[in-house]
Amino acid sequence: MIKGGSVSVSGGVEASPLLSVQGLTKLFGSFAACNSIDLNIGHGEIHALLGENGAGKSTLVKMLFGVLQPSAGTISWEGAPVVIPSPGDARKLGIGMVFQHFSLFEALTVAENIALSLDPKTPLAKIAEETATVSRAYGLPLDPSAHVADLSVGERQRIEIVRALLQNPKLIILDEPTSVLTPQEAERLFETLMRLKAEGRSVLYISHRLEEVQRICDRATVLRHGKVTGACDPRQETPASLARMMVGTEVAEVKRDSADALGDVLVQVNNVSVASRTPFAVALKDISLKVRAGEVLAIAGIAGNGQSELFDAISGEYPISDNDGILLRGKPVGRLRINGRRLLGAGFVPEERHGHAAVSAMPLSDNLLLARSRSDRKAFLSGGPLGILKRDAILSASRRICSMMDVRKSGEDPTAGSLSGGNLQKFIVGRELDRQPSVLVVNQPTWGVDAGAASRIRQALIDLAKAGSAVIVISQDLDEIFEVATTIAVISDGKLSDPYPAGELTLEQIGLLMGGIHESHAGVETADAH
Amino acid sequence: MRIELQKRAGTSTLFSIVSPLLALALTLVAGAIMFWLLGKSPMNALYIYFVEPLLDVWSLHELAVKAAPLILIAVGLSICFRSNNWNIGAEGQFTVGAITGSILPVLNPEWHSPVILPLMLVMGMMGGALYAGIPALLKTRFNTNEILTSLMLVYIAQLFLDWLVRGPWRDPQGYNFPQTKSFQPEAVLPEILDSGRAHLGIVFALVAAVALWFMMRFMLKGFQVSVLGQSERAGRFAGFSATKMVWFSMLLSGGLAGLAGISEVAGSIGHVQPVISPGYGFTAIIVAFLGRLNPLGIIASGFVLALTYLGGEAAQLSLSISDKVSRVFQGLILFFVLSCDTLIHYRIRFVSTPSAEAEAKN
Repeated sequence: MIKGGSVSVSGGVEASPLLSVQGLTKLFGSFAACNSIDLNIGHGEIHALLGENGAGKSTLVKMLFGVLQPSAGTISWEGAPVVIPSPGDARKLGIGMVFQHFSLFEALTVAENIALSLDPKTPLAKIAEETATVSRAYGLPLDPSAHVADLSVGERQRIEIVRALLQNPKLIILDEPTSVLTPQEAERLFETLMRLKAEGRSVLYISHRLEEVQRICDRATVLRHGKVTGACDPRQETPASLARMMVGTEVAEVKRDSADALGDVLVQVNNVSVASRTPFAVALKDISLKVRAGEVLAIAGIAGNGQSELFDAISGEYPISDNDGILLRGKPVGRLRINGRRLLGAGFVPEERHGHAAVSAMPLSDNLLLARSRSDRKAFLSGGPLGILKRDAILSASRRICSMMDVRKSGEDPTAGSLSGGNLQKFIVGRELDRQPSVLVVNQPTWGVDAGAASRIRQALIDLAKAGSAVIVISQDLDEIFEVATTIAVISDGKLSDPYPAGELTLEQIGLLMGGIHESHAGVETADAH
Repeated sequence: MRIELQKRAGTSTLFSIVSPLLALALTLVAGAIMFWLLGKSPMNALYIYFVEPLLDVWSLHELAVKAAPLILIAVGLSICFRSNNWNIGAEGQFTVGAITGSILPVLNPEWHSPVILPLMLVMGMMGGALYAGIPALLKTRFNTNEILTSLMLVYIAQLFLDWLVRGPWRDPQGYNFPQTKSFQPEAVLPEILDSGRAHLGIVFALVAAVALWFMMRFMLKGFQVSVLGQSERAGRFAGFSATKMVWFSMLLSGGLAGLAGISEVAGSIGHVQPVISPGYGFTAIIVAFLGRLNPLGIIASGFVLALTYLGGEAAQLSLSISDKVSRVFQGLILFFVLSCDTLIHYRIRFVSTPSAEAEAKN
């Protein structure tokens, strides 16, 4: 087995790349999360891994770091094929990893957190000393005796980086490192990366921010749907060409009657800003939108750019302070809670099925009641203030939804957890459609759903809008967006772009907007492209 | 090497139902071993402990007297636990309920009116509920852990009671014994039958259990309890307030514990004294879990745990064993209930740690 030692650029291994991956494939059931991936990372290179969410980036790095085992293909380290059974073995080879979500104990100090991942025999004082030295040397100042709970997100990330560096890695994998950083913190991180590169270490840099990638990366590998769609020098490319590799070049077919007459504005959001509730949440910045009857507004964007926060604000799960910030059918509802908004005719489908849209251990009928106990009080409850459940009425409504949406289930009223993702999602969407809502807000309607269920759900959304409702679809899936949308806006870093009619926006422009390139910039680029 | 609990793919329905009985059987086996180690005949000891108390009418009455507070507290706790609020301080709410409920007879010993008893019961419930309101307030306002606050408040309540009966509430004609005057007859909870001491407390317990079973099974409120207990986020999506649920469940369980407290004082004791409970508030936690957090199941488990108290007394008399044995049995029951439940949902796996494996290879 190759042991991680000091970093040296000289020697006989110079000819072979540091890490080379051939035909790497990972199957989950019949689904290929990574499909025959080839990737080479040279010594002293910052290599970008680009792709949308679900493109297979995480699966790939998990295989490189020994968290997942590949179904096929080989990984070579300094020219020799290796098997990486666990993260411990990856560290021994000389691979360090900085995860997007940190694994730190808030109640412990910096040094104690670092000690947890090192040899248990090393004394704490020595670790503290090394931490201080390394963090200074790389421009990542850290106080080893500070408690993690008191540190900012940027400082917490430094701990993770220093922890990786203390193991003297030859390759450091950074997963979306700037997604949690302020621009100033990101600047410092780039300086550190340059220093690592100068020392001959290699970096695998996962990101979807095109500007960053162009600025610091020597080479880029682009993934889409689990396959490599491009390998290039990002500095030779334009943001437009990178975006095209990222989102695909195939032209989406829009099968809609563009002549649909639009009615009154049913949903309106006026300059809403919401501070982030947790360190990992995104703040919403000055969001405005309007959706008319008959319109499907699709909000595109890469996960973690404020989609859930926007959903929370519009659904009223977390009401906002400005009552006039959100209007439903002309009525100000900013401070109204979710059931108040449902009574005005709105329906909501959150992203997470288990534990948010549904309680897994409860039967479908209970999960129907979950969303409709207030809006369908007359139908489902009796006994006035006692609130006695009318089981028969709830069960028959649940049956009605299952047959309308073709929900395949075992037994009369199985638990939500026993259904497949697609069938549960059909039920959850059907639960709202059954009310014929005048406004429907859906977050990631077909995430993790099989193709058949996905097309059924999309058709239902289009039909609902045709019948005169306003529909907002928040999605990461661009194919889906082009299939259902009449209007498209893009959310990036908590900011929502202007809306564009679906027919006028190209995939390339969306890619640029998702990558955080400003509208004016995007306009110029596409003008060049045409 | 380390031991891991791995979730089972499916849960056997049969075993879920049988689990409490299995736990009881294992408790008996462990108890037999304990008696054997103490040098007693295991069969005889188990007979004296678990069977003999069921053979006399008077001791059946005692069983009802002891089961009443256990059931009353445990059904309240079951609602709390189901809603994912962990009220561990029922013993304190029981104590405060006993104190507030006793204010009227202690301060007005000459008030002979039929309204005094209902007033006492209401005040006892309010006292227990308000005392449980403290951890509820701390949790909803400051996000404090209610397990710690409710538990610590137990000791405050117990010491306050101790101070009361040794100080301001002490009976001046009581030969310096730390206790209040005996309550006037109008302030005593009536017995149900002439044949023994069982009082209205057991009726309250059964009514509360059936009412809460109805709530959990047929009412929207019960549905809210289950939803918020399983997923706060789904509850928020449903428009249910987790904060209100903290208040509801804590006040409900505190009120029932307070009712149990005043029923105990006004029913079985007849005056207030420094120690009024052999740990009913804590034992009720075991009752709640042994009854699978189902109010009807809790009626059964309440009688089982009441039997451990009676058996402990019997064992003390006939076998001259310390009555601490009843605590041991209660602990064993909880241990076996929890481990049976865990093993139904998880299997044990022995995993050799990667580093050890790697070292072995090298």
